[in-house]
Amino acid sequence: MTDNGRLQLAEMFEEAREQNRAVLLPYLTAGIPDVGTSIEIFAAMAAAGADGFEVGIPYTDPLMDGPVIMEAGEMAIRSGVTVDVALEVVTAIVTETGKPVLVMTYVNPVLRHGIDTFFAKVRAAGAAGVIIADLPADEATPFMAAAETSGLGFVLFAAPTTDDDRLAGVIDADPAFVYAIAEIGVTGERTDASSNVARLAERIRRLSDVPIVFGVGISTPDHVASAARHGDGIIVGSGIVRRVLEAGSPAGAASDVGAFVGELVTATKRG
Amino acid sequence: MRLDHPDDRGRFGDYGGAFAPETLMPALKELEEAFVAAWADDAFHAELDALLEHYVGRPTPVYHAGRLSEELGIDLYLKREDLAHTGAHKINNTVAQGLLTKRMGKNRVIAETGAGQHGVATATACALFGLDCVVYMGEKDIERQALNVYRMRLLGTEVIPVTTGTGTLKDAVSAALRDWVASVETTHYIIGSVVGPHPFPWMVREFQKVIGEELRSQLDGSPHAPTPDVIVAPVGGGSNAMGIFYSYAGDDGVRLVGVEAAGLGIATGKHGASLGEGSPGVLHGSMTYMLQDDHGQVLEAHSISAGLDYPGVGPEHAHFKDDGLVEYFSVTDDDAVAAFHRLSRTEGIIPALESAHGLAWIIANAEHLEGSVVVLNLSGRGDKDVQQVAALHD
Ligand SMILES: Cc1ncc(COP(=O)(O)O)c(C=O)c1O
Repeated sequence: MTDNGRLQLAEMFEEAREQNRAVLLPYLTAGIPDVGTSIEIFAAMAAAGADGFEVGIPYTDPLMDGPVIMEAGEMAIRSGVTVDVALEVVTAIVTETGKPVLVMTYVNPVLRHGIDTFFAKVRAAGAAGVIIADLPADEATPFMAAAETSGLGFVLFAAPTTDDDRLAGVIDADPAFVYAIAEIGVTGERTDASSNVARLAERIRRLSDVPIVFGVGISTPDHVASAARHGDGIIVGSGIVRRVLEAGSPAGAASDVGAFVGELVTATKRG
Repeated sequence: MRLDHPDDRGRFGDYGGAFAPETLMPALKELEEAFVAAWADDAFHAELDALLEHYVGRPTPVYHAGRLSEELGIDLYLKREDLAHTGAHKINNTVAQGLLTKRMGKNRVIAETGAGQHGVATATACALFGLDCVVYMGEKDIERQALNVYRMRLLGTEVIPVTTGTGTLKDAVSAALRDWVASVETTHYIIGSVVGPHPFPWMVREFQKVIGEELRSQLDGSPHAPTPDVIVAPVGGGSNAMGIFYSYAGDDGVRLVGVEAAGLGIATGKHGASLGEGSPGVLHGSMTYMLQDDHGQVLEAHSISAGLDYPGVGPEHAHFKDDGLVEYFSVTDDDAVAAFHRLSRTEGIIPALESAHGLAWIIANAEHLEGSVVVLNLSGRGDKDVQQVAALHD
């Protein structure tokens, strides 16, 4: 395994491309329902075939998140999941599963740490990349520089509302992958598969072959199957977090979520 | 027109900017373009000015508070924003943003509210322009501002209680921003103060600066008070203060004083003094002073006044603080309530608890201010607070 996070992510995408499938990157807030159980759940998801993970560092005012992930974040903050605790979870996941981990958070906890310190810590914890939900390309320059220095992949967003000028700016900034927002709205489960993915993927593809990962509103194997036809990867968050919050016991959470992720992984295969 | 601030990234010095989910970024650009076009368009100004005069009731009077002046040994003037339609300065901004909403071809409006004054002002503008309106309000504020909740409903607005986080203004702003992430194609967010991502802090300041511009022309003609020595305003998000300060900022000889909420006392940690006690960070889309812990989590603010109960402040105030253009102080709940009573008894004017914070600072500093001409931005009337103040004495 390479010791550069960005290259690690690139290898993950490359391997999946060769196998004609998209990667599955489940999201879970660090330390939900508790630190030990969250590590077990990540291990169960790895065993079920997840390619990598998004580990959420909770923030009090998550503007991009719907009720399920908000609830998980409030619970994590109450139980003392700080950046340092979340990064311990990251280290445990990387050690146990060997899969690439992306840290997902909001801009203020990063600023409070200091941008360079934060990125250095994240890399030292073993993560491969960083996603900051409220950081548009326009404000990303110092963050991307810190990511590069620390050997981390940095992710930028494209939404169905992003116009061609902005999209070109996102591509020019050269992110590790483009997080393509499948639904206009905050994170949360949806009934229907997104009608935006094909068009958004086509618009990005016209400019670049940067990996495209769909997220927001993807919560069933059907949604995954439809997004997998157009992108290199899929992030599933609320569907997983809800199962963890609703599980009766820690052991139950790991096995429920493991089984669910198994179904999602099957749906990532194209053709 | 001073369109020189902020810079093209929406920064006032180090503060401001637009830290928002990508989904919203195109709408923020669209809003900026629509605002710049409207603000350069005489037809927009003509329509807005006519509404400000005939609907809002501008210019609002400047009143010399004679009895209180005598008691305090100063020359105290009140800029009577409480006499604007709906009872606070908030309407200056909502009528202008309502017009802009129509120009952008959107038919639904969302807003947050703390004290309910911005919610009422938005509901009013939406009734006036025939726009659908949804207002997010923290459950704690719904309790303490029941009158304004009912006014919004009378005006045809849906009030959605926000139960997440602290159940106050901060969470109402977050909830409104989340709604906007989902509804941005059809909906405009009428933010209620000089806060939020660019272009809001700039645009709302432009819509509120009429307060200070009027004051200048009103006092210029007065034989008693050619120039104020001190202008005082309460600071929640900072819109009434920015509105009255802006045309005086940088004027030598006019001291500008913003008054934040000290709540139960700064030492108790239960306050809303973002400028006085906070540190720079990003809250609700802009870089500014905010109340946060060592991990960058947003702290709960506290104030008896729902409109000052906010852990952030407009980025241009952060800039003014660092540049020393404005001084910021804070006043406790108790002192604000005492000032609320004092203005009611001496002048027959029941002020909003927010505005009472400004007056409390003047009362506490009357000795140093002796003989000076002091203008208080009386940002709103106190009807909404009567029940809450009555409950204190039960
Ligand atoms: C009467 C009055 N004054 C002041 C404020 C504080 O807001 P700002 O600082 O934006 O003027 C409010 C907010 O609700 C208000 O209703």
